[in-house]
Amino acid sequence: MTQAALEIKDAETTALITGSEAIAVACKLADVDVITAYPIRPYDTVMQYVAKLVANGELDCEYIVAESEHSQFEIVKHASAAGARVFCGSSGVGWMYAFEALTVTPALRIPMVAMVGNRALDDPGAFGVEHNDALAVRDLGWQLVWVDNAQEALDTALIAYRVAEDRRVFLPCAISCDGAFLTHSQALVKIPSSEKVNAFLPRYDRGDLLLHPDNPITVAPQANEDWLMEIRRQTAAAMERSYTVIREVYRDFERIFGRSYGNPFFEEYETEDADIVLVGMGTLSIPVKVAIRQMRKEGKKVGFVRMRWFRPFAAEELAKSLGRFAAVGIIDRDFSLGAPYLSGVLATEVRAAMYPSAKRPPIPGFICGLGGREVTVPDVVKMSDIVYEAADGKAQPLTQWIGLRE
Amino acid sequence: MATLTDVQPIPKLDPFKGVKKLPLEEFFTSGHRTCQGCESALVMKMMAKAAGPRTIVLGSTGCMYVANTTYYSTSWVIPWMHTQLGSSGSAALGTSAALKALMRKGKMKNEPINVIAFCGDGGGADMGLSAISATLTHPDYNCLILMYDNESYANTDIQLSGSTPYGAHTTFSPPGKMKRIMHHRWKKNMAGMLAAGHPTCRYIATMCMSYALQGMNCVRKALSIGGPTFIHSLDPCPKGWDYDPYLSHEMGELAVTTGVWPLYEVEEGVVKLYGKTKEIAEGRYKRGQVREYLLKQGRFAHFKDEDIDYFQSKVDEMWEKWLIPGVIPFRKEVEADSPAAR
Ligand SMILES: Cc1ncc(C[n+]2csc(CCOP(=O)(O)OP(=O)(O)O)c2C)c(N)n1
Ligand code: SF4
Ligand SMILES: [Mg+2]
Repeated sequence: MTQAALEIKDAETTALITGSEAIAVACKLADVDVITAYPIRPYDTVMQYVAKLVANGELDCEYIVAESEHSQFEIVKHASAAGARVFCGSSGVGWMYAFEALTVTPALRIPMVAMVGNRALDDPGAFGVEHNDALAVRDLGWQLVWVDNAQEALDTALIAYRVAEDRRVFLPCAISCDGAFLTHSQALVKIPSSEKVNAFLPRYDRGDLLLHPDNPITVAPQANEDWLMEIRRQTAAAMERSYTVIREVYRDFERIFGRSYGNPFFEEYETEDADIVLVGMGTLSIPVKVAIRQMRKEGKKVGFVRMRWFRPFAAEELAKSLGRFAAVGIIDRDFSLGAPYLSGVLATEVRAAMYPSAKRPPIPGFICGLGGREVTVPDVVKMSDIVYEAADGKAQPLTQWIGLRE
Repeated sequence: MATLTDVQPIPKLDPFKGVKKLPLEEFFTSGHRTCQGCESALVMKMMAKAAGPRTIVLGSTGCMYVANTTYYSTSWVIPWMHTQLGSSGSAALGTSAALKALMRKGKMKNEPINVIAFCGDGGGADMGLSAISATLTHPDYNCLILMYDNESYANTDIQLSGSTPYGAHTTFSPPGKMKRIMHHRWKKNMAGMLAAGHPTCRYIATMCMSYALQGMNCVRKALSIGGPTFIHSLDPCPKGWDYDPYLSHEMGELAVTTGVWPLYEVEEGVVKLYGKTKEIAEGRYKRGQVREYLLKQGRFAHFKDEDIDYFQSKVDEMWEKWLIPGVIPFRKEVEADSPAAR
């Protein structure tokens, strides 16, 4: 880690840092109170950076090395209930080991922010990226966001605290960073001044839900069929409100930091005049954009839509956008064995989002880049060609595995 | 004493001097739905009384969650939060860490607040062991983990746990035509194991609420000594042990007087037997036969003499051969074990 990043100045500075380091810096800027760590690659780099910040007196927090991911997430869950701003994270099977804790965290309306260094699930072992870890919690009330560069990682971590801790939301948020491609890749990152961060991010106030002797409440009693459904509905409503809050927060982010992300939910690249588009999440955006620039020189008008927020899912907006194209190809860096049309998670969800729309182009799906395998420019060209065929009315298989050995 | 750890404010909780000196105020009151004669409910009540109003309680899944906190009729007057079955250690640690950080950073008034996480034997001695162990190694967080041991997974209909006594009939270990004894495992020695394994933990104790004043004073010491602490409470359970509820108090006494359940504290590394256990050890009270205790309970109704003899022999071994009777099960190298070389 470069010393420049460790010393967070009052004024905005620029530093060459990795995605993990960017999130560690965000923890410092957000003045997080309790952080728990447990080793698993590739996310654990964030905790190495956090540990240095704590050791050097740059970050004043309780930094606890837990004895398992289950405890790691349970400790911060309870710390948050007692009023602390918390940070946690994991990767692959580590995230799955914490699954019980991940289940109760949104149900308890805990605004935890976590980083997932996306990693393939065992077995067999692989350190590389796959999105199944983070996606596994998609039904539970976690807000899920994917970023593709270190600057966006830092900014999104600040945004995540602001959204999660908004009293209208009070739901956890996981920031997905592709293992290696983002967790370990350096880029120049603008580090905002703490003054601006303080203007953007108010203190965490748990209000009447604070567990404290001055507010002697009973949290999570046995509700049974009498009340459980109403309580679930409240959590669902919070996720619905998150959609509006995210918009507000991005607007505020732009106002205070002078950096804009456009539509918070998804990024559009070269879509204006596109015939067809590809849709994907995370760092595969990089080879996809390179390939698009190449294809456009050959007259193929391909665009790209990079999903940021997967939960809440901007279904209507996405359907409206994708309805403009002759065909849409979905790239999944995940699998969902036995799912409809044997597609990946993203393809299934995008198709579901498109169904009520009047304009439903063909939507072939691709499974690509599993276990950290590179998504190459030729892979992207191949997928684009298939999508073009679909646009021309030649039926294509709804799921194809790309970049697979023959 | 020089210390490298950065500690939180600790409450001053002197021992209660006698039953008549107990405060009248209750912090665990009506509203619960435990069985008649449930000793674990009594433990909750006494624990809360001993800790007082400036306390946060975290409770693992189990009878003391399900039966105590029906929505809209909670029995807790002090703040209470559910934690997962294996999470008592993490709940205590996380809550304590939050208080510590917020108080140090000036985000919360700096004052002693007790943190107690309780768990059953299933949640503690089985599933939660790893988290409890981890918490006991963190010297800088004040918290108490109290394991109420009714000797089964009671809430789910009485299944055997690592803390169920040898041979007991549970719904997962029913006596049958081919096998009279389905459960051959000896009960885990939780407090002894935790005391031996966590040398910086300043207070670990066993207790039984049949001796309520002693039990409450264990809680007060555990909360005021500093750092993480652990109490293992043996709680007769009329449903799981299968006896008439009016016998609960007596059942706890019998567990102690027959030597099955030794009462001790390990304070700053020093072992102190207390109460009836101390009297037995000092020869002032004659240890009873386990038969008196076992045969009052339906869960041992299938025992034959040989089973009772085996049980008695194991309890005798604990008193006669353990390095520290009732606490540490190692044996020093003795002549009988290693006859002199010929
Ligand atoms: C992870 C998990 N597994 C299983 C259960 C089901 N369960 C609920 S209560 C309970 C019994 C717990 O036993 P113990 O900790 O001894 O407490 P008791 O019910 O005896 O009071 C079990 C197994 C659960 N809640 N969570
Ligand atoms: S089953 Fe046992 S522990 Fe549970 S409420 Fe009844 S008596 Fe108490
Ligand atoms: Mg039990």
